[in-house]
Amino acid sequence: MNKMDVINKLGEDLKLNQKIAKIAVDTIIDTIKKAIIAEERVEIRGFGSFSLRHYKSYTGRNPKSGEVVNVEPKRLPYFKVGKELKDMIWKG
Amino acid sequence: MTKLEIVNMLYEKLGFSKRECAHIVDSFFEVIKGNLAKGENVKLSGFGNFVVKEKKARRGRNPQTGKEIEISERRVVNFRLSQVLKDEINNKSTK
Repeated sequence: MNKMDVINKLGEDLKLNQKIAKIAVDTIIDTIKKAIIAEERVEIRGFGSFSLRHYKSYTGRNPKSGEVVNVEPKRLPYFKVGKELKDMIWKG
Repeated sequence: MTKLEIVNMLYEKLGFSKRECAHIVDSFFEVIKGNLAKGENVKLSGFGNFVVKEKKARRGRNPQTGKEIEISERRVVNFRLSQVLKDEINNKSTK
């Protein structure tokens, strides 16, 4: 399922027209994205939470060539799955 | 940030009532959850993919007691960040 499928399904479920459903999905994703970038923790009950984690610079290796490379410090979001979603998926 | 801020943002964008906006936000997460529960991945371009992984049963250890236990097979969800968002967060221009 991709974003378009999510938009279609949301539109169907809520009887919204496509255009509105698209604005809704884009707005939701964009709002979460901006919060993550601003280093704000995002918590969606029953779904999960996003937080930014900081990683220090380290010396790594290009796995293909074996060449030694310096990896710059970086920030990456971490998604912690919520309990409800975890249980839903576990059981299948 | 919680769902409330997302609802408020949607309220500004769509001009629907807060109640309707809350319903839309809830439904959005329900759609994604329902799909993941079926074992299907959800790809949100420009954001990331939620990937369902099958884990085989394995032997593990209770780290506190050191006792060996059987960890049953299970499905878990992983979030794989989009390259676009990764670059955005680290202020790199995308190729």
